[in-house]
Amino acid sequence: MTVDSVTDNQGLRLERVHICLGDRVLVMLDATVRRGETLTVMGPSGSGKSTLLAYLGGFLDPVFSASGRVIVDGVDLTTLEAERRHAGILFQDPLLFPHLSVADNIAIAIPEDVKGRKQRRQVAEAALEDAGLAEFGDRDPDTLSGGQKARVALQRVLVSRPRLLLLDEPFSKLDANLREQTRQLVFDRARRAGLPVVLVTHDEEDARAAGGQVHKVDPA
Amino acid sequence: MAGGVRLARLAPPLTLAILLGPLAFGLAGTALPAFGYLPELGGESFTTAHFSALGEVPGIMRSAALSILIGLVTTLVSLGAVAAFVASDLGTTGFARMRRMISPLLSVPHAAAAFGLAFLIAPSGMLMRLVSPWLTSLDRPPDLLIVNDPMALSMMAGLIVKEIPFLFLVTLAALPQTRHAETMRLGRSLGYGRIASFTILLWPPLYRQIRLAVFAVVAYASSVVDVALILGPHLPPTLPVRLIDWMNDPDLETRFLASAGAVLQLGVTLTALVAWIGLERIGALMVCSSRQAGRRWRRDMVPRAAARSVMAASAVIVFGGIAVLALWSVSGLWQFPDALPASFSLRSWMQALPRMSGPLGTTLAVAGLSTLIALTLTILCLEREYETGRGRGGGALLLIYLPLIVPQISFMFGLQVLSIWLGVDASFSALVLAHLVFVLPYVFLSLSDPWRAHDRRHDLIAAGLGMSRARTLIRIRLPMLTRAILTAAAVGFSVSVGQYLPTVLIGAGRLTTVTTEAVALAAGGNRRVIGVYAFMQTLLPFLAFSIATGLPGLLFRNRRGLRV
Repeated sequence: MTVDSVTDNQGLRLERVHICLGDRVLVMLDATVRRGETLTVMGPSGSGKSTLLAYLGGFLDPVFSASGRVIVDGVDLTTLEAERRHAGILFQDPLLFPHLSVADNIAIAIPEDVKGRKQRRQVAEAALEDAGLAEFGDRDPDTLSGGQKARVALQRVLVSRPRLLLLDEPFSKLDANLREQTRQLVFDRARRAGLPVVLVTHDEEDARAAGGQVHKVDPA
Repeated sequence: MAGGVRLARLAPPLTLAILLGPLAFGLAGTALPAFGYLPELGGESFTTAHFSALGEVPGIMRSAALSILIGLVTTLVSLGAVAAFVASDLGTTGFARMRRMISPLLSVPHAAAAFGLAFLIAPSGMLMRLVSPWLTSLDRPPDLLIVNDPMALSMMAGLIVKEIPFLFLVTLAALPQTRHAETMRLGRSLGYGRIASFTILLWPPLYRQIRLAVFAVVAYASSVVDVALILGPHLPPTLPVRLIDWMNDPDLETRFLASAGAVLQLGVTLTALVAWIGLERIGALMVCSSRQAGRRWRRDMVPRAAARSVMAASAVIVFGGIAVLALWSVSGLWQFPDALPASFSLRSWMQALPRMSGPLGTTLAVAGLSTLIALTLTILCLEREYETGRGRGGGALLLIYLPLIVPQISFMFGLQVLSIWLGVDASFSALVLAHLVFVLPYVFLSLSDPWRAHDRRHDLIAAGLGMSRARTLIRIRLPMLTRAILTAAAVGFSVSVGQYLPTVLIGAGRLTTVTTEAVALAAGGNRRVIGVYAFMQTLLPFLAFSIATGLPGLLFRNRRGLRV
């Protein structure tokens, strides 16, 4: 932990992050992402950009070796386990849990310091309402449209109060008009929540919409 | 689809008849004498007198309760260990290592594993020898009741080490149908520990898929005979062992009592299953309340380490036990505190082999034939399913599992009565048919997944080339699925080799196999001979699996696309 851990709310610091596979350097990155800003990492598939997200989330496969530090608001995440990092992730697929209702899909993300079933339910309902899905709480997630699922997934990650947001090509499977809408919504909400965002994509449009710094990863 | 494989049309009804016929007739053949009807023995009228007599047998309720308890505890511990281990280590290199270590355990017959455990933990067993006399200062075996303990702890341990590989492999087969890697990441990124992520997010859909297999474990453990004879308590024994004693009683009147007991066994297994469903509910409520409170359970190192230890222990116990069995079979003089025999000798083998040739021949013939029939029927059923696009519903799966869930002893009794009545008892064909009831479900379960996963486009291309459906099956699909077919055959073969109860009852003591001979030796306690038989019992399935894994490599040595 850095000295100024109490006052530091600078967002995300990536200090000399190196990720290697054998002797091959996949990612070499030194960057600061302020709260509400987005760092876009661009590269073709297989270039190791998803490896960066796995590293940030705490899921790096042991075949890779990594050095450097990841600091959010003064907290060093590098040595923490995935479950203690509070790194929210959105995948390509919304990955709603098929055995839980829509509201429970969100409720499950609410931190445990929100006590009482009633209060947790209220938080989930509020999040659904915020996404324009107020009536959908008791629905089977499988009956939702693609756009609705994406919004539930976004609300789920937001109610978990993450320290940072990791986006793994979350718009690539949506069709064109839905993609634009969802993109706006995600960046808008991340800005509102003051989250530093790391976006991994191969779509130039994503980078433009994110509006922040762009880091290119070389093809393998 | 017109013009499919003709024979395939007959396969599904024939398969159902083979699975359900013995079940229905067997249950009837058990129930009728239980209620007093067995004209051959003078039972002409219906009565509940035999149930009253059963109720007055000393300790019968204890025997029944013990069987229920064994069914529940065995399943709970093995399923818990498997689930916690998968939760803890899924996706790691340790997981792949454990998978390689555990998988071969499936082929070890229950009786051999039970003997192995007994040879390890008995007062004069290997573990005691390893710590004596330097640690225990014992120069003779301690006077302890470890094996056959009245709480059935050693029996449960013997069952658990064998059910773990079964449940592990069933779980592994179901895993690919879930998005397990991403789901685990998502759960952990929301702050949940590994076990909590797995239990709350992956387990509910996963458990739904393996539920019938779990039921089969509950039913098996609550009604098992061979493991109980080797490791189970004596005073009183578990219910199935008492039934066998009555069945073998020279006083034929006892048959009525045995039949009433077999009906009670049906109730015992049913009670165990209902209790298990109760445990499922309680578990679901606990998971639900933890989920609703959002509890994260981040500190799960202790259960993770425990699960890993139990899994590893099951492999070590089975392999270690087999090694000790092998050692005994070639030992000369081997006195108590010595960890190794003073001399080695092949005398036990030389003496046993001539006597073993009969049972060995029966074992191979019954296993070979029942596997061949099961394989043919399974392939034709799956072909029929491919042609009609029907038959993979949940109902069909339940029918296949049914002979594995209804306690063997409850319908094998009736089948024995029936076979005597028909005059086919101790006939080779009746024995093959009895084995088929258990071989067929396992062959089907083992082959159906790879069969359904096979790329249909190969069949379409063949049809486009003008090949008939039968020709496509023989020239294209079967060769491409060689590996899966051989594996299914090895599974069927080992199931048949391991069958104790059907062989004892239908073989009526005149047709014996390596397994029935080995279990019969349990009472005698001659470790050298037991070592020979139990080792042989392990060797046969092992050889079958070696062929199943080795042969395709040889056949397809010039076909890179068909290598694993």
